[in-house]
Amino acid sequence: MPGKLKAKIVAGRHLPVMDRASDLTDAFVEVKFGNTTFKTDVCPKSLNPQWNSEWFKFEVDDEDLQDEPLQITVLDHDTYSANDAIGKVYIDIDPLLCTEAASIISGWFPIYDTIHGIRGEINVLVKVELFNDLNRFRQSSCGVKFFCTTSIPYSYRAVMVHGFVEELVVNEDPEYQWIDRIRTPRASNEARQRLISLMSGELQRKIGLKVLEMGGNAVVGYLQCFDLEGESGLVVRAIGTACTLEKFSSGSASITCPHPSTAPPSNACNSPKDGKELVFGEELPLSSGPPTPFRALPSSSSSPPPFSPSKPCSRQSSSSDTDLSLTPKTEEPLSVRRRPGIFLCPSSPILSADTLSLPGSGPAGCGHGSAHRATTPALPFSTQSDSALLRKSVSFTEDLLLAASGMGSGGSAGKEAGPLKTLLRQQTQTTLEQRGASSSGLLLNAREFPFFTLTSFPPGFLVHVGGVVSARSVKLLDRIHNPDEPETRDAWWEEIRQEIKSHAKALGCHAVVGYSENTSICEEVCILSASGTAAILNPRYMREGCLDVGSIDHRFDDPSPPNCGFCHIPYDELNMPFPAQLAYCYQCRRQKVPDVLFTTIDLPAEAAVTGKGCLIQARLCRLKKKAQGEVNATAISNLLPFMEYELHTQLMNKLKLRSMNALFGLHIQISVGENMLLGLASATGVYLTALPAPGGIQIAGKTPGDLNNEQHVAAIQKRINDAIAKNKELYQINPPELTDEGVGSPIPEPRQRSRIFRSHSESSDELSELDLSHGKKDAFVLEIDDTDAVEDIHSLLTDAPPPAGFHSCSTETMPGIYNWTSGIQMFTSVRVLRLNNTNLTNQGLNKIFTDLCENLLKSFYFKLRSTVPCCLCHLNFTVAVPEEELVQVSVTAVAMTFDKDQNQEKPPEKATTKGGSETEDQLQFPLELSADSSSTSPQPSKISGVAENTIVSTRAVSVDYGSFADRCSTWLELLRLKAHTIRRGSVKTSRRTQSLAHSVSSLEHCSPLPEGRSRSLCSSRSFGVGSVTMVKMTPLSFLPGTRIIKYLGIINMFFIRETTSLREEGGVSGFLHSFIAEVFAMVRAHVAALGGNAVVSYSMKDCVLMENPNKNQAQCLINVSGDAVICVRETDQEQTTNTGQTCGTIDGAT
Amino acid sequence: MAVELDVFVGNTTIMDEEVYQLWLDGYTVNDAVRARMEGGVLDEFDATADVLLSDTMDQYRTFQMCERLLHSPAKLANQLLFQIPPHRQTMLIERYYAFDDVFVREVLGKKLSKGTKKDLDDISAKTGVTLKSCRRQFDNFKRIFKVVEELKGPLVENIRQHFLLSDKLARDYAAIVFFANNRFETGKKKLQYITFQDFAFCAGQLINNWTVGAVGEGLCKTKNNMVEDMDVDLDKEFLQELKELKVLITDKDLLDQHKSLVCTALRGKTKAFNEMEANFKNLSRGLVNIATKLTNTKDVRDFFIDLVEKFIEPCRSDRWTAADVKLYLTHYTNSAHILDTFKHQVVWDRYMGVIKSCIFKMYHD
Repeated sequence: MPGKLKAKIVAGRHLPVMDRASDLTDAFVEVKFGNTTFKTDVCPKSLNPQWNSEWFKFEVDDEDLQDEPLQITVLDHDTYSANDAIGKVYIDIDPLLCTEAASIISGWFPIYDTIHGIRGEINVLVKVELFNDLNRFRQSSCGVKFFCTTSIPYSYRAVMVHGFVEELVVNEDPEYQWIDRIRTPRASNEARQRLISLMSGELQRKIGLKVLEMGGNAVVGYLQCFDLEGESGLVVRAIGTACTLEKFSSGSASITCPHPSTAPPSNACNSPKDGKELVFGEELPLSSGPPTPFRALPSSSSSPPPFSPSKPCSRQSSSSDTDLSLTPKTEEPLSVRRRPGIFLCPSSPILSADTLSLPGSGPAGCGHGSAHRATTPALPFSTQSDSALLRKSVSFTEDLLLAASGMGSGGSAGKEAGPLKTLLRQQTQTTLEQRGASSSGLLLNAREFPFFTLTSFPPGFLVHVGGVVSARSVKLLDRIHNPDEPETRDAWWEEIRQEIKSHAKALGCHAVVGYSENTSICEEVCILSASGTAAILNPRYMREGCLDVGSIDHRFDDPSPPNCGFCHIPYDELNMPFPAQLAYCYQCRRQKVPDVLFTTIDLPAEAAVTGKGCLIQARLCRLKKKAQGEVNATAISNLLPFMEYELHTQLMNKLKLRSMNALFGLHIQISVGENMLLGLASATGVYLTALPAPGGIQIAGKTPGDLNNEQHVAAIQKRINDAIAKNKELYQINPPELTDEGVGSPIPEPRQRSRIFRSHSESSDELSELDLSHGKKDAFVLEIDDTDAVEDIHSLLTDAPPPAGFHSCSTETMPGIYNWTSGIQMFTSVRVLRLNNTNLTNQGLNKIFTDLCENLLKSFYFKLRSTVPCCLCHLNFTVAVPEEELVQVSVTAVAMTFDKDQNQEKPPEKATTKGGSETEDQLQFPLELSADSSSTSPQPSKISGVAENTIVSTRAVSVDYGSFADRCSTWLELLRLKAHTIRRGSVKTSRRTQSLAHSVSSLEHCSPLPEGRSRSLCSSRSFGVGSVTMVKMTPLSFLPGTRIIKYLGIINMFFIRETTSLREEGGVSGFLHSFIAEVFAMVRAHVAALGGNAVVSYSMKDCVLMENPNKNQAQCLINVSGDAVICVRETDQEQTTNTGQTCGTIDGAT
Repeated sequence: MAVELDVFVGNTTIMDEEVYQLWLDGYTVNDAVRARMEGGVLDEFDATADVLLSDTMDQYRTFQMCERLLHSPAKLANQLLFQIPPHRQTMLIERYYAFDDVFVREVLGKKLSKGTKKDLDDISAKTGVTLKSCRRQFDNFKRIFKVVEELKGPLVENIRQHFLLSDKLARDYAAIVFFANNRFETGKKKLQYITFQDFAFCAGQLINNWTVGAVGEGLCKTKNNMVEDMDVDLDKEFLQELKELKVLITDKDLLDQHKSLVCTALRGKTKAFNEMEANFKNLSRGLVNIATKLTNTKDVRDFFIDLVEKFIEPCRSDRWTAADVKLYLTHYTNSAHILDTFKHQVVWDRYMGVIKSCIFKMYHD
């Protein structure tokens, strides 16, 4: 089915001078979509043209809408010669295809030219009218939401997690086509940009289709990458986690609301909500919504009947938020949240009646009855659908069973299946409220790959974590002969994923979380890598385990017993997949935990941590001989295991040196160059309270008799011990002193203590599962047998801790810091080192590489010195070997300020941080569950509850009939209103002319929002004449001190920049500096045009730089992605809401 | 082994005010690094010279990229390339357009031409301001001059609006433009003691009182609201009228009458009374002659040197204090009103008002 795309070209500004004679430009614009092109009139002799064009209308398939970008070209009219292009703007209209995202694109876009960079700006309006597609065989997947964020996005709740989705598309790289020899660099670059834009559109569409097939409505943790394979083609691939998400509109708002109410009727027919409703089989007969493909789907494997209860609760919260003020997210809401759980209102009011006839067992009556009555006043109705509902749930659980046993195959299968079975039995046999509970549910589908790209989870989702699993394979690239059949690449990845899966299985785990894939290509050799964390997922099981823990743990006197379950080993103690030293959990003392834990995920919010964390990096260089083809590939694959091994050794040593016992957010990258391999592992080290204290590091001399040597060894030993002691203090690691006897841990004989660390006897096959194998001794022995070892120890000790006031981590937030303030500064830094010295040793290279990374960090600290105390979060290092002798490191991170005074104290604050709010958003289920179970008996309580609900719901129904979209527009309205007030305020500012200093301060006064933030949010739009919206960017999934109220869509942009006047642009540094700044500018402009004020989960996926200083040329490709959002200050939102409620008290509020 | 490339780009552009100043002052990267090291950044913050160098290079690059925007400050507010909070933008602009008084003193009243630009290295050597900084300042003068030249309306206001400068700075630029336009001679040795701020004050007086725009807001508004160059050129009509003041020295009676009135008023009020009495005719002739000659462009240029030669120097050689000068000029101006045959009171006031305040400013004890 078609959609109608409309675009209007309003004006341009700051255009470059194209006509030297007049110093002016005769600009006009071409607007192209697919094969249709429109032109504006020429606006003669102006650098600030006003076109004010008509609406150009494109009638197109929604398939094209998803694939194609809108292409706007600004040209200079030339009467006699060919028109000169000034530059282009590509607008991805995907955000407009999703009703929950943006509704219009409107704003100033930088006009970008691949040779000259940004050349002026153009103001454009874009709208889409989309007709609903009823065709079940359609190829489009409009409406599926994409998130780069690797957790459940704010204000959404995962009704169900369907699992892994992946897709790849291949094509010939235009740069390598024959035609490239005759076309200009500009044409070639543009062809490439356009192709990649098309390919990623196509990819997203295909993934969307898969998601729809699975019954989901969103992809979370969407990770898209390009492989520039040179001659052999261009691969765009993506992975993600398919979910069914549900908007909970500003969650906290609902909490104070005393009226749980029925849902607003969904009237937007294309709304994903409808789609979601339809997922629930029971609605089929009753649904008034238009049919969607969901309906047509065989709902067997993916149908999620048990989840219907959750929907009402979200509805409830969303509706209530409109009529009530907000409270900040704190724990208090949590308790209130229980209500939704009990209050089972089927998704659309009509359905609720059916609950009456529910043949469910006793306890069901509780939740159910209330639901029924709650809605009854609003509607009377048919009964039958309920049985359908129940039937569904049964069939579903069977599926799950299969899935479970399938996943937990091998030794652990039985063990795993046990709890699952119990769960299922409960689900099938018991009550609706339990269904409510399980709807926290996030259920695994029986999928081929139980992989999740998520790195942080709702509490209860993650049961156990096994450890890091990774797989690498070296491939020789060959030309992709048929772009439509990318089988080879698919097969490669398939292979790797299988391997990962089997590794996970070996760890007794049925799933892999924090999963990611990447490649490194050099000439025709390609290293494919995948890594993740083996885990067991099961909310139900988790829940019970923790309750136990809590009850036993009282003597720790923790007000809220932290969850330690995820630390417990998932594998069988007697049948361990690798030698590891186990101990009883230091928190619950019931389960076994490993002595060290490595993971690729973020630290779970509930995890208890002692002290603070820190960034831990292992860096490694390995020289290799130059070679071609297969020989080269073999050489590389022979080196890989050793590299992994050494990286792990380094990580482990550094971890011990800091007296920590776990790594989170571990990311290991191995990059291949012509004559070397680079390995870089970054992670955040922490001391998990549940894990045993790490042993120290022991130094042993090779020749014990030598006195000299022994003294030397003793000296080193002392330095190491000192370093450990110092680090303990630095990171405030003072674990509660526990005697081993007290814990009763069966510490094995120290028979392995003397293991020689540098031995190469390990078989390389084991390596990918090796991670934990280091953990078998409580003290590491480093043997000094040669100079290499000495070097290693030195390098161990030379890692400088961050200067006072700074922290750094590779995860989203720093464990141990909870009180973030709102100041953030995102940055990207790139450094390239040329190794002139041709005969370098491995050791020398290592040193250079280590220094490079350390110096980069030092630079960051220095540059950001004015922001202390602050933490560099999500430090994401990417290494590459762009050419022989060149080493490139690119880093993207965010510096976040925090409040130093309070950083010792923990949880209450925590609610305002990400972890906290997430808890709040998603914890409700466990809590509901407990609420439910506590009221299992409850005829009486039911009655009272019902009464209350009834009243409330009727009322709410009358109040809240807005669809979500409406509500959103109200938000926008409010923002705009707010902007107005500020503008009013800034009338004073316009007097700036009179007295500048004064006006600045007066501005500060009249702005309703305190300082920085105020500018960056709503106000900035209206700031003075023609000023620009401040757009914040962060690689994290949240902005401290703010609340994301709307996700506007994914930003996924690819740019090429080329220059033939490198020297004039300030050399490579100048060239790249301005390019990165331009990329930021374009991202910000797109976000602002969508109506957003921030980008979260921002990342720079690729930064490929090629230079040829002799020819004065350079080319660079950058790929960035992120989620465009609207966020408001946490305190502000309350204000805004209040203002909204009272409609006109804005002045008061400001 | 060499760092081939090293960049750091923040989403919000990071700019260090100290480095900005060094850049504005025309320091090379290496000099700036040295200056920073001496400034003690490294001591406060444990860092190496490498780090400082890398940071300085980044900042310099950023400033260079920003410079284009700073040339038309209005663009800075709505450009998209750099995300700079408004108060930082203000700082950037204000600092970029700030200038060294010693430097501006050298070019004040000179034609802002290529010729002058060529002499900048001499000026740089003389003033100790780096050549790079001299160029920036000179280009700023020229840029503002060019923009304002084509605009109608009040000078200070135009500068402020087009370059988003503070009031003080806008006024200073107005003075510079005014001096450059009228080519006032300021370079003579005798004038060396007068600072730029003195001149800027005088320029302000002239702009406010002797230009077409000054005739008053009232007059202009009723007519053709905006007269071209209304603040930049002196009011021709007024200059013609000044010729009428000649009676004060040509008419003997009037001159004597004026003298006696002034002397009566001054008697006993100052130690320098005798000198005042003795010099009255000389001084009065000097001032009135300046007035009558102002129709000649050449004499306009010599306005300040004339003031010094004809009035300030004689006074100074007689050791008048600033208070003496003030007293004398006040009575000198006021007494003319009592002269019954003197009909040009309005012109006299308009003339003497400016002369009085200029001389006060220029008379250093």
